[in-house]
This record gives sequence, structure tokens and C-alpha cells, in this order.
Amino acid sequence: MVHQVLFIIFALICVAGAVNLLLQRHPINSALSLVVVMGALALIYLLLGAEFVAAVQIIVYAGAIMVLFVFVIMLLNAGAEERSRGSHVALWVGGPGVAGLAGMIIYLMFRKDTHFNPVTVGNMVSPAQDNTHGIANLLFTRFLLPFEITSVLILIAIMGAVVLARRER
Amino acid sequence: MTPFLIAAVVKIVLVVFLLLTGVAYMTWLERKVVGRIQNRWGPTRVGPFGLLQPLADGIKFILKEDMVPDSVHKGLYILAPALALTMSLISIAVIPFGENITVHGTTTPLQITGVTQTVGHPTDINIGLLIILGVTSIGVYGVALAGWSSNSKYALLGSLRASAQMISYELALGLSLVGVLILAGSFSLRHIVDSQSQTWFLGSINTHLPHWYIFPQVIAFFIYLMAAFAETNRIPFDLPEAETELVAGYHTEYSSMKFAMFFMAEYVNMITVGCIATLLFFGGWHGPLFGPPLLQSLLPIFWFSVKIFFFMFLYIWIRGTLPRFRYDQLMAFGWKVLLPLAIANIIVTSLIVAIWA
Repeated sequence: MVHQVLFIIFALICVAGAVNLLLQRHPINSALSLVVVMGALALIYLLLGAEFVAAVQIIVYAGAIMVLFVFVIMLLNAGAEERSRGSHVALWVGGPGVAGLAGMIIYLMFRKDTHFNPVTVGNMVSPAQDNTHGIANLLFTRFLLPFEITSVLILIAIMGAVVLARRER
Repeated sequence: MTPFLIAAVVKIVLVVFLLLTGVAYMTWLERKVVGRIQNRWGPTRVGPFGLLQPLADGIKFILKEDMVPDSVHKGLYILAPALALTMSLISIAVIPFGENITVHGTTTPLQITGVTQTVGHPTDINIGLLIILGVTSIGVYGVALAGWSSNSKYALLGSLRASAQMISYELALGLSLVGVLILAGSFSLRHIVDSQSQTWFLGSINTHLPHWYIFPQVIAFFIYLMAAFAETNRIPFDLPEAETELVAGYHTEYSSMKFAMFFMAEYVNMITVGCIATLLFFGGWHGPLFGPPLLQSLLPIFWFSVKIFFFMFLYIWIRGTLPRFRYDQLMAFGWKVLLPLAIANIIVTSLIVAIWA
């Protein structure tokens, strides 16, 4: 009961933040709305019993990545944006696109027999050990290859940034 | 349910009261000690030894005119100090001060978010340390937004410096704690403290040294200390508010209580840093117990306070001793010295733990 109420509160905050992100005209307000969305998502993870994911969500997304966003907006001193009249492409492609994506997500959630639905993924972390140990075990045994590939991907991104930022002599 | 709620409320009120009093007297102590270091008296006029000075300062802050400059971004200008203070106060919720305490049949652990299971040991959430790190990283917004929304060049420069510095040193700060986490095997602050209650053994010889993680993790401790000084914007890393070049840095445009909120946030953050250092490296509330039962139940809190006081004094001592870094020196030091050293410490620690296990 309490969980349900809390979930509704945080979900509402999350959706309101996302809508506000689109409606705001100043980039810094949009960035801060995104921080609110990230925070609300972290609280929903916490309600689901995934305390480690929640903490990492706050530290990495709300803390590190969004601070960099705000930092760049401050550095460029970006001003309020002009509001455009809206494009026909966005209307005719975007609407059905959103409907299709939402349908796909809902279908995947309700498909029972699959390998990859929320319940089976959740069950991989056994309730006997705590969350952090469970995730660590999975990451370094079963999902080692994707984990390492992701870290190589990040390394490539870092090297790209260094190449772009290096001054020509 | 009702005793649980009452205990929770009492704990929150008590801890916040003690924390804010601590902050107030921290400012008194700083002015006194820095005064003595510079061969002055420090505050002497209000009360004996100037002991009522924090009270006078508080009244002054509240009574001063609360100015909002014309061209500020108003919403964010007001939000920034509130955010900074809130985020610094939240961290105290997960910090454990001692074991269980039983009052009128209700047993409760000395920690705001701690829970006592019906039988036996107090437990707490297994991500206590991560919550502190997360809340600290949200606190950066307070400083960043303060400078930007003030619409003043000094404030903006200060907050740009502050965000860059805090993001850079957060890395070294987080990585320096990993060594302790490997040794303790938990994110729970209570568990980390409990694992330091014995003494170190060399083979089968009892060394009688307390099982504090400062001994195997001495490098990590100094990395943590330096990174934490930078995180809290204290001398020698106080470039965001370097008064000789930036007037007052990110809080140049703030007056009265809004300025006081930044000031309090800085001191609460210093106390949090002291708490983490005590919990992770100096065995938390563990220390010699003796005397009658009442004294024995009070001694852990005493030891905890003494250890935090040591760190607070260190902060002031260093402020009175060291000059300020140059900005490029600060960045180079963080990225080229502290970060590689922290990573090397993790590799060596995990290798040794893996070989021993």
C-alpha cells in the first residue's frame, strides 16, 4: 500500500519533470528538469529493492553526467531558445513512432514466456545475497563480455575526446 | 510502530540540533585557533572567551537585509543556497554514531536510518557510503547554480572553478575509499565499523594495534584527506572563493541568511568528511571501554566525537599553515597525482587480498 502510494508520487514527479524538460525554453531549466527525472527514477529503483542501482543512478547520472551538462551550458552561456512553429515531419513521423515504441515496450513487458522480461532479469540476482554482491557476481561471470566491451567503448570515447580537444601545434 | 516513529523523530531532532550546534562552535573554534596561530586573540567580547560569538553571528545574519540583485535568475538564485545546505545535511542521516541504545524498552541504533531487527544486531542499508557520495555530487549543483544565476563575472568564474574542481576530485575521493571497501566487503557503514573492532594479528602474534584500516590503507587515507579538502573547498584548495582574485567567488552576490546557508553547508560538509574518515579509517566509535556501566555506554560516542574533533582541528590547522594552490597546479595535482595513486592503491590492495584469500 505504502509502496503503491510512493510509486505513484515518484512516477508523477518523473513524468512532470520529463514534460517540463520539453516545455522549458532555457537550456539550464531543461537540464535541471532532467536531474529531477533521474532522481525520481532512482527513487523508483529504490522502491523495487534495487538499492545499488538507485545509488549508482544518482551518482553517475544525476551527479556526474548532468553536472557536466550544466557546466557546459554555463560555460557557453547559452540563452533562452526561440520557439519554432513545429514541423510537419515531427507530427507525421513522431506521433506514430511514439505509439509504436510504447506498444513494443508494453508487449515485451507482458510477454510471459520470454527470456528477457523484468521478472527473469530480476530473478538472476538471488534474494539470498544482497544486491551489490549479486550484481557484481553477474557482471564478472555471466555478463563479463558485454561489460568489458562497454568499457572499451567508453575508452574509445575518451580517446576521441582527447584527439578532438588536443591543440594543433 | 509508534515507538519506532517516536524514536525516529527524537533521533532526527537530536542529531540535527547537535550538528548545527557543532557547526556554530566550529566557526568559533576556527576563529579562535586561527587567531592564536596568527598571534591574535580571536573573538573575546561576547560571553566568556567569546563563547557566545556564534549566537551573535546568527542573530546578525538573520537581521541583515536580504538583498536580491536586479538581474539575477531569481528562481535558481534562491534555490542554490537551499540546495547546498539540504544536500549537506542529508548525509548525516546514514552515519552511525554507536551501537544500540535502549530507552524504556525501545531499542534503537544510534543512527537516523538504522533499524534494529527484533533479535540481535542493528542493521542499516547496504549503500550508506554510496548515499553520501551521491548526495555530495548533487551538492555541486548548489555551488554551480549559485554562480551562474548571480549573473556576475566573479561569481560565474568561481562556480566554474568549483564545478570543475569538485568533479575532478570526486573521482580520486571515490577511488580512495575502494581499498577500504575491498577489505571490509560491504558498503554498509555499520558493517565497516564493526569489522574494525578487533586488533591486527601478524601471523599469530597479537600486535595490540586496533584493527583500523588506516594501517593497511595509509596511502588511501591521505588521498582521501586531500580530495576531501578539495571537495569542501577549503584551503589550500579554496580557489572557488579565492578572495584575492574573485572577491568571494560563487557567493559574491549573496547576503544575509542566504550567504549563511552556504557558510553552514561548507561546515556541515567538513563534519561529514570527518565522520567518513573516522568511520572508514579510524574504527568509528571503537575505543577503550572502562568504568561503570553508564560511562561504558557513553564512551563510544565520546571516542567518535574525539576523532571527529581531531579532523576539524586538522582543517583549521592547515588553514592557518598553507597558502593557496594555483588553479593549473590544482587540476594537475588531482588528475596526474591523486587519481593514478588511488588506482594503484586499489590494484595493490585487491592483489594482496586475492593472494591471502
